[in-house]
Amino acid sequence: MKLLFNIAWTHVSTRVRQTLVGMAGVAMGVGFTIMMAGLMQGSQLDFLRQLVDTMPHITIEDERRSVPTQPAEQEYGAVQMSDIANVGKRPGIKYPETVMSSLRSWIPGDVAPSAKTTAIVNHGGARIGITLTGIDPRREVQVSKLASQMREGKIDDLSRAPNGIIMGEALAEKIGVKSGDTVLLIGGQGIQLNSTVSGLYRSGLKRVDESHIYSLMGPAQVMMGQNGVVNQLRLRLNDPMLAQKVAAQVEAQTGYKSVSWQEANADLLSSFTVRDFIVLTVMGAMLLTSSFATYNIISTITHEKRQDIAIMKSLGMREYAVRRIFIIEAAIIGLVGILFGWVLGYLLCYGWSMITIFNPLTGTTVPLSIYYSAMHYVVVGGISLLCCAGAAYFPARKATCVHPVEIIRGAS
Amino acid sequence: MTEVALQAVELVRRIEGDVAHTLVNGIDLAVNRGEFVAITGPSGSGKSSLLYLLGLLDAPSEGEVMICGQPTSKLSESERADVRLTKCGFVFQFHFLLPEFTSLDNVLLPMRAAGKMGEAEMHERGLALLGSLGLAEHANKRPNQLSGGQRQRVAIARALANRPEIIVADEPTGALDTKSTEQVFSILRDIADNGQTVIVVTHDPALAARADRRIHIVDGKVAEITGRDEGRRVCEMAN
Ligand SMILES: Nc1ncnc2c1ncn2[C@@H]1O[C@H](COP(=O)(O)OP(=O)(O)OP(=O)(O)O)[C@@H](O)[C@H]1O
Ligand SMILES: [Mg+2]
Repeated sequence: MKLLFNIAWTHVSTRVRQTLVGMAGVAMGVGFTIMMAGLMQGSQLDFLRQLVDTMPHITIEDERRSVPTQPAEQEYGAVQMSDIANVGKRPGIKYPETVMSSLRSWIPGDVAPSAKTTAIVNHGGARIGITLTGIDPRREVQVSKLASQMREGKIDDLSRAPNGIIMGEALAEKIGVKSGDTVLLIGGQGIQLNSTVSGLYRSGLKRVDESHIYSLMGPAQVMMGQNGVVNQLRLRLNDPMLAQKVAAQVEAQTGYKSVSWQEANADLLSSFTVRDFIVLTVMGAMLLTSSFATYNIISTITHEKRQDIAIMKSLGMREYAVRRIFIIEAAIIGLVGILFGWVLGYLLCYGWSMITIFNPLTGTTVPLSIYYSAMHYVVVGGISLLCCAGAAYFPARKATCVHPVEIIRGAS
Repeated sequence: MTEVALQAVELVRRIEGDVAHTLVNGIDLAVNRGEFVAITGPSGSGKSSLLYLLGLLDAPSEGEVMICGQPTSKLSESERADVRLTKCGFVFQFHFLLPEFTSLDNVLLPMRAAGKMGEAEMHERGLALLGSLGLAEHANKRPNQLSGGQRQRVAIARALANRPEIIVADEPTGALDTKSTEQVFSILRDIADNGQTVIVVTHDPALAARADRRIHIVDGKVAEITGRDEGRRVCEMAN
């Protein structure tokens, strides 16, 4: 092995310029890939954090996943049902306080009740459909970051104004209302309610900001025409990543449909998967391309060293041992290149983090969020090393499988 | 009782394909330990081809090469490589030294590849070999700092590194002047006298005359065998 290393070292050290080009290629590939990984994961985590901060981690609703079987169905095996409302269904979660206290006993987080309905907000000429969520301000702080997202007013202000509501800044802008203005809410059954805008929030998710209005439980229940009903429990977990597991358990326990934030945003998350796939492909291609220079060098060396290869084989060195010389050469180039690539990658990430951009989600100018992870360095380095080894393997195999007699005949 | 170092039995080497050709066409040969055999013949008669077969560098289409009584036709490519490493030493017309390495490192190469000796022991042996070939002061020079004759002697030292049974040399003096030729030949003669077996291909009749035995090859066949020592005639050995 020492002999092979020796020969390999002589080959690369006598080709300083080519070797440096090879190393630079690897360094660029590794550096930019690390930068991309940091940027991509940074922005993704940033977005997820916003999502997780804004949405309840789990929403329990007064629905079942499958339509409950009808009494007639239970009675007669084969009956087709159409246009029949569920018999005996009263809206809302039964005994919400009991359910909540039972949940609180085991879930790693907290739970708060709400009454959710849809309504139309009417102001001036604008009529916009919205989701109205009636909340309990005391308990709301346990399950959402609404308090910290308030731009004007406080959650507690809800109880200070008649039928107070809190709406997203985006919606307020859209229909042209300010804090203290009065808007008309129209419910499904034609119920109308004059409400006072007592606060504005901004969650950072535009689709939420434009469509979600909060009020106290009372007004929301009035809009639904169901006094005292609680049709939604919202959970916040200490670790949002557990949401899917906990949701399944909650659903099994209560029988109510429990939707984790991941399930609610499945379309978004799957678009992440597509994005990940694309970016990973690009990064892989970058690493592969960056090893082309190495391929080039090893091809050149194996070509120039045909005679040496022949004589080493004729002296009795095994083919794989001779081949290993060139793999070692690529490894030397690769390892040094990767080291420089790590430095370059770090500097690039650092450089990007100095740059601030306008974030249309939040409407603020923020520094690019970069995710620093040792894993990026290890994985990118590893893949790059593999690419280099591959880049060396093929020319090396081609050169070393030539029969020495062919070369020796050719030379004498 | 003399010991057979190398034996060829009905050796045939054919090239198939569009330029089909029979390079070696049924050669029987036995070479004793310590014998110095010269192979002569016209250009293109198959001398080099025979030598590659005898040194296990090439594999015969038919027949068998036995080294120290061991048949080799069934060996895998890597097993043949191992036999070459320890039992055969090659010298070619071109020296084939690694250009980036010193004479000493070139001589050490087969020893390092075999990995049987410690570094100090290898160094000692390498220097001793170079010294015995009159290259003591050239140990740390690279091939391009040496004359043709010196390079060829380094190549011989490399061939001797692992104390092989057999040295095969293909026109080792083909590119050398008279003085260097003389030098190289007396070295090969000494090697044979020391008990190693030497097989040399040469065009030079005067040099061939100094071998124990001359095997004349024409068209891939043995045309004539002559020798100083008739007792070593191959026809007798074969029985
Ligand atoms: N790969 C090959 N394909 C076809 N014919 C070949 C091949 N290699 C060698 N030959 C032919 O085989 C014959 C023997 O070649 P070889 O090199 O053994 O001759 P030689 O006796 O060593 O000649 P020289 O004295 O010129 O070195 C030659 O006629 C040569 O043209
Ligand atoms: Mg020849």
